[in-house]
Amino acid sequence: MKRILTLALVAALVFSFGQAEAAEMLNGAGATFPYPVYSAWAFDYNKVTGVQLNYQSIGSGGGVKQISARTVDFGASDDPMKPESLAKEKLLQFPAVIGGVVPVANLENVKPGQLKLDAETLCKIFLGDIKKWSDARVTKLNAGLKLPDREITVVYRSDGSGTTAIFTNYLAETCPAWQEKVGAGKAVKFPVGIGGKGNEGVANYVKRTANSIGYVEFAYAKQNKLDHTQLKNKAGNFVEPGFESFEDAAETGDFDAKKGFYLWLTNAPGKQSWPIAGATFILLAQEKKDVNKQTVKFFDWAFKNGDNKAKELVYVPLPKSLKDKVSAYWKANGVQ
Amino acid sequence: MAITLKRKNPVDLIFSSITGLASVTVIIFIIGIVYVLMSESSLAIEKFGILKFLSSTEWNPVKEDFGALTNIYGTVLTTFLSLLFAIPVAIGIAIFVTEIAPDFLKGPIGIAIELLAAIPSIIYGMWGLFTLSPIMSNHIEPFLKKVTAGIPLVNILFQGTPMGIDILTASVILSIMIIPFTASISRDSFNLTPSVVKESAYAIGATQWEVVKNVVLPYSKLGVFGGIVLSLGRALGETMAVAFVLGNNHRITTSLLDAAATITVTLANEFAEADNDVYLSSLFYLALVLFVMSFITLAIAKFFLLKAERKYSR
Repeated sequence: MKRILTLALVAALVFSFGQAEAAEMLNGAGATFPYPVYSAWAFDYNKVTGVQLNYQSIGSGGGVKQISARTVDFGASDDPMKPESLAKEKLLQFPAVIGGVVPVANLENVKPGQLKLDAETLCKIFLGDIKKWSDARVTKLNAGLKLPDREITVVYRSDGSGTTAIFTNYLAETCPAWQEKVGAGKAVKFPVGIGGKGNEGVANYVKRTANSIGYVEFAYAKQNKLDHTQLKNKAGNFVEPGFESFEDAAETGDFDAKKGFYLWLTNAPGKQSWPIAGATFILLAQEKKDVNKQTVKFFDWAFKNGDNKAKELVYVPLPKSLKDKVSAYWKANGVQ
Repeated sequence: MAITLKRKNPVDLIFSSITGLASVTVIIFIIGIVYVLMSESSLAIEKFGILKFLSSTEWNPVKEDFGALTNIYGTVLTTFLSLLFAIPVAIGIAIFVTEIAPDFLKGPIGIAIELLAAIPSIIYGMWGLFTLSPIMSNHIEPFLKKVTAGIPLVNILFQGTPMGIDILTASVILSIMIIPFTASISRDSFNLTPSVVKESAYAIGATQWEVVKNVVLPYSKLGVFGGIVLSLGRALGETMAVAFVLGNNHRITTSLLDAAATITVTLANEFAEADNDVYLSSLFYLALVLFVMSFITLAIAKFFLLKAERKYSR
């Protein structure tokens, strides 16, 4: 009797392990930017449901390639795929979390958030057109500040990155000269300045170089207390980067489920919108209905329970209106 | 005799085929790598040709126009400078260890050199960014600027703002990395000098300096040269140590205080996010160029080392 019991126990154990191996593991790969928040969500989700999520942050380009080749259960990309490409690769796409890019400057006697810039001056600075901080185009926006008569050192990302993609998309959208001379992409040919590797590289150079300006991802700027600037948005208001201004951008941004949510969240029209934001996306293979249901279940859970965790890690959760849109998209495509 | 024995003994036959097979895998790997590099870069080779790609200074992912010259320039310049800094130090170390140091010092210095060689290059990179680069930008580079300011031509090398993120800093890090290679190969070559010859030189009253200059160095120069070329190969391919302090700037600059790009740094920085076919293919093309450069360097090194061995180790 005892032996039979032991046998049954062993069998049950083996069986349950087999189960866990086969069904309760989700494999994803892609963008590095949302990796910390996906991991944090996955950890909590595993505690609640037992489902394991294995996410490899190999870069957005890799994420798109892997899901197109169907080697993972879902892909992730900072770079929204165009509706045509989605149709061609038979993919579904939805946003998961919002991030943004913040210009950071190093100026003596200027406190964080004091410097004000608009799209045009930012663009001209990065084009090398505005060479000094004392240029009238900069001082005009900063009446109360004493800006030095010194050359501006521009710092950009030397490695290909979603951060650069969002930043250059913003400049290209708002500044025809940028569109014509440089264009937008994950790596572009910057006309002036020096390149730092990663957010940490850019932040390091900006901190060390007097009279410099660069751009880093919002979470990085906030955690490292870099001197961010204010920006003038489409509505004409100067705004500070923060959860509210990013959420406002996400809410007023024109995400369209029919286009697979394809949108660069730059220059959003809301009154309080931060102009350089962007969503990071999840990609699913259309034909893998069962696996997709598992993936969607995870993100649905994260949308409902993960906002605080995301904010702790300085990611901006999707606003309610956008979550509803994504939910409707899931239902319409039969994955929820 | 040995061959006939091998043929008769089945165990030896199995043994020799297994080891032979193991060696063949190396060749298969090399052929595989070359094949992948060629086939992946075929799109870029078709689009830009060979001469145009090698001579174009354009590197513009948005306009999909690529050329290798800025990368080759950065690679060659940082490698050359690092050798310039490393060779005197390395040969000095080798001479001290083989000829001058008392026995109780030889061991510790030898171990220190080997430890330097064992540090992973990413650690050199982090150290370069957070420690060396501020020192360079705050002290060494302003000093060099000041000293050279009045000298024509030389001052061109030190134009611009000292940022610490530049060719000079990258070359210094690279030189620290390759010192152990050059030093240990030089030491081994120096040790090949027959002690009879050295002792004879001392016996006729030569000083230590004269012995090193007239006996040891001429005896081992080919070996030392081979060691230098091997370090050159290492410097050509080094990635992480320079990626943080070079700036990845696709421009040809005359000042050593400007950012630049090397082939490996470009690959490391841009490979993960290269999203269109021509871009990716051009990166593979760059890798192929580096492969050819390293191959030539190593072939030269091997040639000299073999020559040295034949001449002296009999």
